Amino acid sequence: MNREHVEDYIFPIGLFVLAIGGWEALVRIENIPVYVLPSPSKIAVTLVEDWDTLFRSLMVTLSITFEALFAAIVGGVSLALAFRLWRPLERAFFPFAVVMQVTPVISIAPLLLVYLSSSTAVLVCAFLVAFFPILANTALGLASADHNLIDLFELYGASKWQQLVLLRLPSALPYFLGGLRIGGGLALIGAIVAEIAAGSAGQGAGLAFRIVESGFRLNIPRMFAALFLISVTGILIFVFFTGLSWLLLHRWHDSARGRER
Amino acid sequence: MGVEICSDPTAPLVSLRGVRKAFKSGTVALERMDLDVHDGEFLSLLGPSGCGKSTVLRLIAGLTDKSDGHITWRGGQPSLGFVFQEPTLAPWSDVATNVWLPLRLKGISRADARERVEDALEQVGLTGFAKSYPRELSGGMKMRVSIARALVMRPALLLMDEPFAALDEITRSRLNDDLLKLRKSLSATIIFVTHSVYESVYLSTRITVMAARPGRVVADIPVDASHTRDEDFRLGPYYAERCRATSAALQTAMDCAP
Repeated sequence: MNREHVEDYIFPIGLFVLAIGGWEALVRIENIPVYVLPSPSKIAVTLVEDWDTLFRSLMVTLSITFEALFAAIVGGVSLALAFRLWRPLERAFFPFAVVMQVTPVISIAPLLLVYLSSSTAVLVCAFLVAFFPILANTALGLASADHNLIDLFELYGASKWQQLVLLRLPSALPYFLGGLRIGGGLALIGAIVAEIAAGSAGQGAGLAFRIVESGFRLNIPRMFAALFLISVTGILIFVFFTGLSWLLLHRWHDSARGRER
Repeated sequence: MGVEICSDPTAPLVSLRGVRKAFKSGTVALERMDLDVHDGEFLSLLGPSGCGKSTVLRLIAGLTDKSDGHITWRGGQPSLGFVFQEPTLAPWSDVATNVWLPLRLKGISRADARERVEDALEQVGLTGFAKSYPRELSGGMKMRVSIARALVMRPALLLMDEPFAALDEITRSRLNDDLLKLRKSLSATIIFVTHSVYESVYLSTRITVMAARPGRVVADIPVDASHTRDEDFRLGPYYAERCRATSAALQTAMDCAP
């Protein structure tokens, strides 16, 4: 095993095992009560025992996240294209998009709950936070096509449609995928924050509600188990979009290629 | 665009008369520019930075509009090829798809274009690289792809905007020789923008020297086309004399700029 292997794999894995092991040891040696800090093994057991409840909640949170993300992709890309095709639209609409972005979603959530059903309000919150990075990145990407290539397209009499499909969209792809990676994570955060604000219980209860509920009941292991599932979901979303980026870009884009040293 | 067409068969392929180009910023790129380009010529536009060499190419290509004057084509604008200073390839497409682009924009399918794409790649010595991506190629190879893309249209007029300026001396010298070979087989007219006196004398049949601010023609230097361009030409007295004359004209051009 060479030094690079040690640096790339052994260190991170070692540190992770050390952290979990240290946590477990601390709880056992200090006899910390489970309602203060449960050990990792206790959290794992809770995860298995409460799996039915947690899994249902996970599915609720996941479906909100992906519905919101899908809406953000459709909305963000469509609006970015509209900005590109008709520039005055960008000047007119962009301030709204910025206002939506800079206003913390937690402060809009109570207002949305006044006007919308709680499940719709949660969806809208998650959409609002995921929408802007996708819109902004795609708009930037569409505007970033190589000027010489634009000249070349004009020289050979390309139609606006050809210029869009053969030049602007491929130029925007790396930017769009960057926006998607940010938007994917934010959709999950938006969904969790809005769920906490909405506090919806029963059949439609997502993971965030399970955390709040466990807190009230001092069921701290379940709180950690729900938190663990949220983290894993966030990581999986990130890994999925990173993989998608690599798949689409690795043949040609610098961001997806390693550097020979 | 205000481009004019004349039907006189003895007229130059394209001629510029009193052409002025001012940008919105107020910068005057060209003033009273006169230029005739004849069939089969290899014309180099030589001059200091900012003298409007590239603007002349862009005006001829129709990529920008003149502010005043006349641009007249004999019998209408022929098919054009354009090679930029940078290779300007679509990084997301492989070499063959990049070369196919001008034909694709004209509605020619990949299958119908295949033979012409292969021909163009063969002409620039890149057979076997059709499936490579621009990232995988050296600077010189990328420029060859760019030239192949211009050739695939079988242009009657090839416009080249300092295509070899960013390349190392060895690659540049090799591409110069390849360009001369290409020119023989193509029988195209070439307008070549360059900063290099030596390159312009080696390649051209005529050198137009331009001065800056505002851009205009200050000298027209013929280079006898009957000389074979090879290493002997570079070492001979005629080449040295033409280089001297061109350098002197370029010096004058730089001195007369305000």
